[in-house]
Amino acid sequence: MRNKYSVFSLIKNALSYHENWQRAWKDPAPKKEYDAVIVGGGGHGLATAYYLAKKHNMNNIAVVEKGWIGGGNTGRNTTIIRSNYLWDASAGLYDHALKIWEGLSQELNYNVMFSQRGVMNLAHNLQDVRDLKRRTHANRLNGIDAVYLSTEEVKKFCPIINTSPDIRYPVLGGTLQRRAGTARHDAVAWGYARGADAMGVDIIQNCEVKGIKRNGDSVEGIETTKGFIKTKKVGVVAAGHSSVIANMAGLRLPLESKPLQALVSEPVKPIIDTVVMSNAVHAYVSQSDKGELVIGAGTDDYVSYTQKGSHQIVEGTLNAILELYPIFSRMRMLRQWGGIVDICPDASPILSKTSIKGLYFNCGWGTGGFKATPGSGDLFAHTIANDEPHKLNAAFNLNRFVSGDLVDEHGAAAVAH
Amino acid sequence: MFLINCPYCGERDQQEFKAGGEAHIERPKQPTELSDDEWAEYLFMRKNIKGVQFERWNHAHGCRKWFNMVRDTSNDEIKAIYKMGEKPPSQ
Repeated sequence: MRNKYSVFSLIKNALSYHENWQRAWKDPAPKKEYDAVIVGGGGHGLATAYYLAKKHNMNNIAVVEKGWIGGGNTGRNTTIIRSNYLWDASAGLYDHALKIWEGLSQELNYNVMFSQRGVMNLAHNLQDVRDLKRRTHANRLNGIDAVYLSTEEVKKFCPIINTSPDIRYPVLGGTLQRRAGTARHDAVAWGYARGADAMGVDIIQNCEVKGIKRNGDSVEGIETTKGFIKTKKVGVVAAGHSSVIANMAGLRLPLESKPLQALVSEPVKPIIDTVVMSNAVHAYVSQSDKGELVIGAGTDDYVSYTQKGSHQIVEGTLNAILELYPIFSRMRMLRQWGGIVDICPDASPILSKTSIKGLYFNCGWGTGGFKATPGSGDLFAHTIANDEPHKLNAAFNLNRFVSGDLVDEHGAAAVAH
Repeated sequence: MFLINCPYCGERDQQEFKAGGEAHIERPKQPTELSDDEWAEYLFMRKNIKGVQFERWNHAHGCRKWFNMVRDTSNDEIKAIYKMGEKPPSQ
């Protein structure tokens, strides 16, 4: 039985010096057989397991994770959540996720610290202005809140931005999605893990997949560092390592894995109470609850699995940050890191069946998967349970690379990929 | 970030170069006879190997010539560099 977190449980545990909290999830050894196994214990994988158990009554399932849960890209992203995508298919997908975010802490009984502080996207040239206005209209037609802001309104919403007309990339306007914001990334993984575990899902950490066993065109199980696990359904949610798993099954995916960097500053008092993104100069910044500026940089253009990145990428981002926010000129950066992102040719994700029966892939989220975590898990669980995609992820199938029906969000979304 | 030994210019910083993706993907000889599946395979599907991978690179801010590279993507170690048209070294 899972104890509920509440103010009463907090007081009760305070009296025993917080030494007797119940474990949030178990540490089981793998069973011989499961109805389904999810490969990858990040946010998307754990959410998939949670919704499989909750909405599709699949409780005899496991999540296998080669490291520790939430230790990959879930713990490495810049935690931005928004749904202001241009195309209908993307708008449907990301706004589905945003609607789940709005009630997620209550649903999970776990505070994911979802903060709808707004996301503002800046325009720096006339083409940006036209693109952002077009996207604002497209968003509103899809029922997504979006407003276009003039330079004065940008300055009013975020006073520390330098809106002087004589900087190299002047701010000509921007868009604002007020429902957008941030969440605590680790808490999302932990909350889903705790919720899934409570419904009987086995979360098996330090268990790396080494092979996928097939019988003809069907999946029979997976070879792992903790032995063979028999299962008829395997959902792969391995982000930057999706191609590695696909190669084990003899599949090729339209993905390239590249390092994406982020960095945080020393913590300071509240200075920026929203998220500001700039597509053209590739700089985005928000402030964590600890007070650190959270800054997202770009990807390197070569395939690499090193979880490092090039210095010039960070330097370019900081140059842009300093021009937009001269007030940050004496901030010191505290930490920098990289995560491996799997990028599709159309910069849209894949949530799809494959040519192998019982093998499903949820990948290709590239540089922007965190925001979709709850929606991705929900729709992927539907796809695995019914062996058919939900109407919201039908467009994000693997076959689109054959039919040519791409969801081309490259540069059309709010930020360059 | 690493150094690349351009076969024409010598050792230079990686930021002078542009990565051109997987090497030795041959353009179909009879494009009109290809099925949609075969086009998808040629255009989009990639090995994306974690380990030793064959790649094309361009010295974009230098001699602007293309060449091939064998690189371990798990640690960015360059194993070999050879010119376009040359046979890849056996691994």
